[in-house]
Amino acid sequence: MKQWERFKNSYFLHSFKHDWVAIVCFVVLLILILLSILAPVIAPHNPYDTASTDIMNAEMPPSWMEDGNPDFVLGTDIQGRDLLSTMLYGLRLSVMIGCGAVALQAIIGIFIGMISGYMGGKVDAFLMRIADVQLSFSTLMVAIMISAIFQVAFGVGRYEQLAVPLLVLIIGLAEWPQYARTVRASVLGERNKEYVEAARVIGLSPARIRWRHILPNTMSPVLVISTIQVANAVMSEAALSFLGLGMPITKPSLGSLINSGFEYIFSGSWWITLFPGILLVVFVLVINLLGDWLRDVLNPKLYKG
Amino acid sequence: MGHLLEVKDLEVKFALRMGDLTAINGVSFTLDRGERLGLVGESGAGKSVTGFAIINLISKPGYISGGTVIFDGRDLTGLTGEGMRHIRGNLISMIFQDPMMTLNPVLTIGTQMVETLQAHMNISRKAAEKIALEKLRMVQIPSPEKRLQQYPHEFSGGMRQRIVVAIALLADPALIIADEPTTALDVTIQAEIMELLLELCESEGTGLILITHDLAVVSQVTQKIAVMYAGKVVEAGLTEDIIDNPLHPYTQGLIKALPDGRNPGTRLNQIPGVMPSLIDIPPGCSFHPRCTIRGDICRYESPVLREIPGYRNMAACHMLGLKKEPTEKDRAE
Amino acid sequence: MKDRLIDIKNLVKHFDISGGLLEQLAVSKGRIIRKQTVVRAVNDVSLFVNPGETLSVVGESGCGKSTLARTLLGLYQPDGGEIYYRGDRIDGLTQKEMLPYRAKMQMIFQDPYASLNPRMTVQQTLEEPVVFHNPSISGSEVKDRVAGVMQQVGVDPAWTDRYPHEFSGGQRQRISIARALMVDPEFVVADEPVSALDVSVQAQILNLLMDAQEQRGLTYLFITHDLSVVRHISSRVAVMYLGRVCELAPTTNLFESPGHPYTRALLSAIPDLYDRRHKYIKLKGEVPTPIDLPSGCVFHGRCPYADGRCSREIPALNHQGKAVYVACHAVEEGRI
Repeated sequence: MKQWERFKNSYFLHSFKHDWVAIVCFVVLLILILLSILAPVIAPHNPYDTASTDIMNAEMPPSWMEDGNPDFVLGTDIQGRDLLSTMLYGLRLSVMIGCGAVALQAIIGIFIGMISGYMGGKVDAFLMRIADVQLSFSTLMVAIMISAIFQVAFGVGRYEQLAVPLLVLIIGLAEWPQYARTVRASVLGERNKEYVEAARVIGLSPARIRWRHILPNTMSPVLVISTIQVANAVMSEAALSFLGLGMPITKPSLGSLINSGFEYIFSGSWWITLFPGILLVVFVLVINLLGDWLRDVLNPKLYKG
Repeated sequence: MGHLLEVKDLEVKFALRMGDLTAINGVSFTLDRGERLGLVGESGAGKSVTGFAIINLISKPGYISGGTVIFDGRDLTGLTGEGMRHIRGNLISMIFQDPMMTLNPVLTIGTQMVETLQAHMNISRKAAEKIALEKLRMVQIPSPEKRLQQYPHEFSGGMRQRIVVAIALLADPALIIADEPTTALDVTIQAEIMELLLELCESEGTGLILITHDLAVVSQVTQKIAVMYAGKVVEAGLTEDIIDNPLHPYTQGLIKALPDGRNPGTRLNQIPGVMPSLIDIPPGCSFHPRCTIRGDICRYESPVLREIPGYRNMAACHMLGLKKEPTEKDRAE
Repeated sequence: MKDRLIDIKNLVKHFDISGGLLEQLAVSKGRIIRKQTVVRAVNDVSLFVNPGETLSVVGESGCGKSTLARTLLGLYQPDGGEIYYRGDRIDGLTQKEMLPYRAKMQMIFQDPYASLNPRMTVQQTLEEPVVFHNPSISGSEVKDRVAGVMQQVGVDPAWTDRYPHEFSGGQRQRISIARALMVDPEFVVADEPVSALDVSVQAQILNLLMDAQEQRGLTYLFITHDLSVVRHISSRVAVMYLGRVCELAPTTNLFESPGHPYTRALLSAIPDLYDRRHKYIKLKGEVPTPIDLPSGCVFHGRCPYADGRCSREIPALNHQGKAVYVACHAVEEGRI
């Protein structure tokens, strides 16, 4: 209860209430996340159920156009699936992959960044060079390598089932250095502060000082980059899927939907690409705007009274 | 001829989300040509804000909401842009606590001094350099010709502050406002800078407003002192009067709280509590919750700075100069 | 020397700030050489602290006084010399071996805004050291102890659930002192504990420190640059200059008849409220950097009494009678 009172009077909530961009973004994000979580309940059709789709319905335009069918509000894709439902399921996959990948990035990045920043010296130099090497591989290269290894190890057949964890792994591994660098920078700032010295004078072990004293004080920047990283991860997933390295067309994410429609865009079926595209842009945009707002609010230098 | 500077009922507010905060509230004092005034107070008393307000350098969300600053017959509060720039750096110079606020780290000392001069005067580079050299000699910088070619980071803290003093003197200003100029420096260097500032002000006839929390430093340099508390001047007078016979209970407490080496090991006199923050300045006299001689009137009526019968100091206190007014303590007893 | 609480012998602490191997390489006379930059923060310092006293270490910024304090508490590993606590050698101990001494030696820091963990409540901050050193202590006992110490330092025990940012600087410094007192130490190092505070609050904190000393029989090592504070609270004073102790004397002796030329200059520079426009001893030149120490006496370049011997030979801290020690050839030879 006390925490709630404190939150209610906080600068955080105050600046949120006075920033309509943040409010709009937050509401839109909330709606999109609810839609994606509730997709199986609210979607009019189940795109994964091959029995209920009919190839005869393929490439139907949105319902308000000539030839439209009121059953398919936003039309259908090339396999005759309802586009709206497929988009909702696709958004769900994108959110899952985005959050999973960011969680993986955060775990690896925070751990390495903390060790690197606290130990300093040779350990720091070594870990940061690894991060540099990792950053010089693009996500695409990591994806190609891991996919290749995976397909040799498990066979192409199982790819469809394991695509989600695989993408989480790929994007997580490709972008942890962002976290490691951010955490390292704030650990470097915190570790020489007097409260850390006080903890050492008490005699606490380095591990306890790291995780209990320093880590909570590095969380603000981590929170900020997390929002931006979720947006980035969703974008990466879409890009990989667009290039055919991500979700298969039987289980399409937003990226694979855009890709599948791209081939038909010149034959007039623009909606298959456009609607998932808009959804992706809106989703990424609101996260990025919220991230910007969060950065401004949590930046102590900008903090005023 | 009038005063060099006359600050009257100066009021500065900060527009914040919870409404306007009054940072300084009716500050008045005067300064004659060549006179040195110490503006003393603890952090949050509004002494720096006063300094900035004089040269109209209050940055947003702050603004001057009332009062006048008459400098050499002109009201500075109304001046903007070009007019103020002519005054600033030309007639009034400012020295800050951190020399790096004045010095640009990527330009040589010479370039900075010459450019400052050329911005205010229509003179050649050669002539400007000559003036710069002369000022560096005045602040006793060894081998000034060589120093002109160097960058700020090549100087020690004390040397940098000397250069800042030299820059402040460039245009032979009539007034220097020094905001905690030696707080970041060691005592031996502080003594050097203060002596320098004092000698220069005396020889050049420059007025000085020394803003500091350190009464001891002020006592060495200025002729007059104004003590500030929570945005107001609570006591003003000649330096020796303020130090030797403080009237206001706050000034008294402040002086007694200083360890002066006369009674080592004994408990120091402490003023209970802390200075109120601007958000919750108490009604009436803002010092009354910490005051030992407060009376009823102090709770609701704000005292004005006035002459106290029988003394030379001015003080803002209801309880001074009364024949016999029972204090709360008296009544309790 | 068993009766000494702390005994420091020939302590040396250097910091290598030359950075990575690549940054160390330099070209000199057509050859590539490896150049290391070392800050000689503390050089051959010997000091002792008697139980129950307040020893102040004074000096200007960069003289090594904070490094000395931190090395003494084991926050830095010394590069030479020995540290004894009640006759037991405590330098070079492992984390575990050091633990019993950790509860005896505590520290108070300068910056009340940085010395408390902003994400921990006062309760959490204060109980951590107790619980850590007495794992078997019961929860209610910890609470009582926190409340008791808070009372003693003058912070309302009802505020234990608050976070540091809800307190003023003076109150934070009180909490910081409370944290040091929680483990019931014998020896407290106070590193500029009042420098960041306003005058009226400074008096409150100094009174609190003096009260705590009286009630608990504490011994203080007081690090400060403020000589009027030193004069008020300490029993003995050590003056440091460029990583060396140049004078060690009881407070009254030091302030009334300073021996070392640097001490004289330093004392003369303190502005005195009641002695307006007094003359101070002006030193020539500037403090050399601790990276490139002068030969012989580190002060000889600025000293008005320096002669040839001073620039060659490092003066030892010599006993001058009455517990006064001065490291100066001129004093030793009776020239001043």
